[in-house]
Amino acid sequence: MDMQSSLLDRLLDAGLLIDTGIDGLYGRSGAFEDVIARFEKLIDAHAPADARPEVIRFPPGMNRKHFEGSGYMKSFPQLAGTVHSFCGCELDHMNLLQCIAEGGDWTEGQKATDVVLTPAACYPLYPVVAKRGPLPAGGGLFDLQSYCFRHEPSKDPARMQLFRMREFVRMGTPDQVMEFREDWMERGQKLISAVGLDVELDTANDPFFGRAGKMMGNSQREQKLKFELLIPVTSSANKTACLSFNYHQDHFGTTWGLTTADGATAHTACVGFGLERITLALFARHGLETADWPADVRKALWG
Amino acid sequence: MPIIEDVRQIIASHGKLPVDVATLADDADLYAAGLSSFASVQLMLALEERFDIEFPETMLNRKTFSSIGAISSAVAELAPDEQVA
Repeated sequence: MDMQSSLLDRLLDAGLLIDTGIDGLYGRSGAFEDVIARFEKLIDAHAPADARPEVIRFPPGMNRKHFEGSGYMKSFPQLAGTVHSFCGCELDHMNLLQCIAEGGDWTEGQKATDVVLTPAACYPLYPVVAKRGPLPAGGGLFDLQSYCFRHEPSKDPARMQLFRMREFVRMGTPDQVMEFREDWMERGQKLISAVGLDVELDTANDPFFGRAGKMMGNSQREQKLKFELLIPVTSSANKTACLSFNYHQDHFGTTWGLTTADGATAHTACVGFGLERITLALFARHGLETADWPADVRKALWG
Repeated sequence: MPIIEDVRQIIASHGKLPVDVATLADDADLYAAGLSSFASVQLMLALEERFDIEFPETMLNRKTFSSIGAISSAVAELAPDEQVA
């Protein structure tokens, strides 16, 4: 049995994750959720005291028009999840039920709704902020958290299809957003060290689709647009990216017409925390019983 | 047509540059001239179609597409039968 399925099996046996029959789609126990909630409080405690981000919580679905405008399908068509519904008449309904009863493909007649599953917590944010007009003089800072969907079924518990991402997003001049990213790269490492996990910072690239994606990924690495904090989860040799620090340059600014107070195209950056991945890393490192975790880790999380 | 002239034409139609390609020297930095990551990908695909070539993964980086000259050299390497200049 490989390491990945063994951690997953241990989590399922311990009742921390609950099997639904679909790889990457799990229920979470109270103990698991408690760690997530405590870790989120620790994120708050490590954030700059004077930053005062605007807190927004979007549901895990976004406006399809905004999704289309974001260019997500150019880069990650393989990961997107769209919401479809039955939009037929009574006769269609009868045919649908018959199709289900016969084990046929009843989803063929489903029509796309105006909702797409959120692929990253910050995607719904940019068009909403752009609609408000130019950013205030100091730029913008936002605190987000959302369940996100990525279609990549896997036995690796660190690669869930539905998972939560906490994010801080900075919008403003190139200097403002780069300073934000540098600052969080340091804060992120301190935060992870505070809960007794080993960290390694490395440049990274997003899983862009196809050969064109290979080029996008290489370009992203060469320009150091993405850094990740790697932490052992299922293996200490192949670490898992648990935090990422992304500089989007003017990509979202240009896409959504987002401007600074003086009318220049805004640059954006974000820091993202993979909440399930961090929680899994904690269980993998410190054991499946939180009561038995090291005293300093318990103190950092539970006070 | 020499490769470099074809490359200039393809950049003009797929590069989405804010400047006229004719004003750029062969060694001018295309990224500094406004070539975006997305446009460079479209440029790559258009070059592959025009010259019937496939860029190997080792060439799928910023350096390959950094200037009109660099692109022409890469194409010349992959399509040895094309007229270089």
